[in-house]
Amino acid sequence: MDDIVKMIGLKNNCTFCGVFRRQALDRGAALLKVDKLVTGHNADDIAETVLLNILRGDIARLSRCTSITTGEDGPIPRCKPFKYTYEKEIVMYAYFKKLDYFSTECIYSPNAYRGFVREFIKDLERLRPRAILDIIKSGEDFRIATTTKMPEQGTCERCGYISSQKWCKACVLLEGLNRGLPKMGIGRPRGVNGDHKKDTKKPGPAVKSIESKQCGSLDFQNFGN
Amino acid sequence: MQLTLEFGGGLELLCDSIKIHKVNINFPNESDILTVKDLLSWVRTNLIKERPEMFMKGDTVRPGVLVLVNDCDWELSGQLDTTLEDKDVVVFISTLHGG
Repeated sequence: MDDIVKMIGLKNNCTFCGVFRRQALDRGAALLKVDKLVTGHNADDIAETVLLNILRGDIARLSRCTSITTGEDGPIPRCKPFKYTYEKEIVMYAYFKKLDYFSTECIYSPNAYRGFVREFIKDLERLRPRAILDIIKSGEDFRIATTTKMPEQGTCERCGYISSQKWCKACVLLEGLNRGLPKMGIGRPRGVNGDHKKDTKKPGPAVKSIESKQCGSLDFQNFGN
Repeated sequence: MQLTLEFGGGLELLCDSIKIHKVNINFPNESDILTVKDLLSWVRTNLIKERPEMFMKGDTVRPGVLVLVNDCDWELSGQLDTTLEDKDVVVFISTLHGG
């Protein structure tokens, strides 16, 4: 990750890390021939993700992020058993059971968008602790308007894993890194060769709005930050 | 009074990476009660060596930091108004980690 950040700078770090880590999890799980992949996402994480997707207008993720199990029709379903467990409960449990755990914060996370949402949710929790569960409940009950266009699931042309675009996000990001184009796969797709010229041109009105969009706003493949 | 303070979940990094501190605190002026509120400002002044905003926000702890007084959640004993007694153990654990 340090090498990646040297190349891409301190923005959009979460996109690279999240996509590659999840790809590693997927590949590892396939190698071990497991039935299910289970992660430790807790209530605070899910609530943060719901708000994050609302703030970024990521409708595709919004519809998926509160499912406790995803990918049931795929090779390896994923599950989040701690979906309703507050982070506070987990920390208290670990403390009283004297469990050893890593408590380091990601060194690149201070710049992450999620940090603002986390701060907000923590303030909410202080005033009304049920807010976290209520946000999750709202997220579960969202229904997407039938007129909204949603991505379709296909396969990546390069590696064969599931993807909603021609190439899956991991392949796009990797290609960008290998070709020295750190912005490839970040922001709205602009056609085959557009990305690396983006910064040198004077931005017109359309480009300005794209430049101000956060990472992952319109690309779909990965499973959320 | 003698108190034992513990810092966990990454907070120890703010106090020279020392997890357990045995301290001696005086009562605030003209009072014979020491509350957690008094303790917090004492800690901020005397123990927190860097980034105080990671520990406190205003008069109270930063949201996301758990406070246990004698292994009991401070929300059950009155939060900032919890009174402390000699030989009490106060634990501060940060729940904020990960990405």
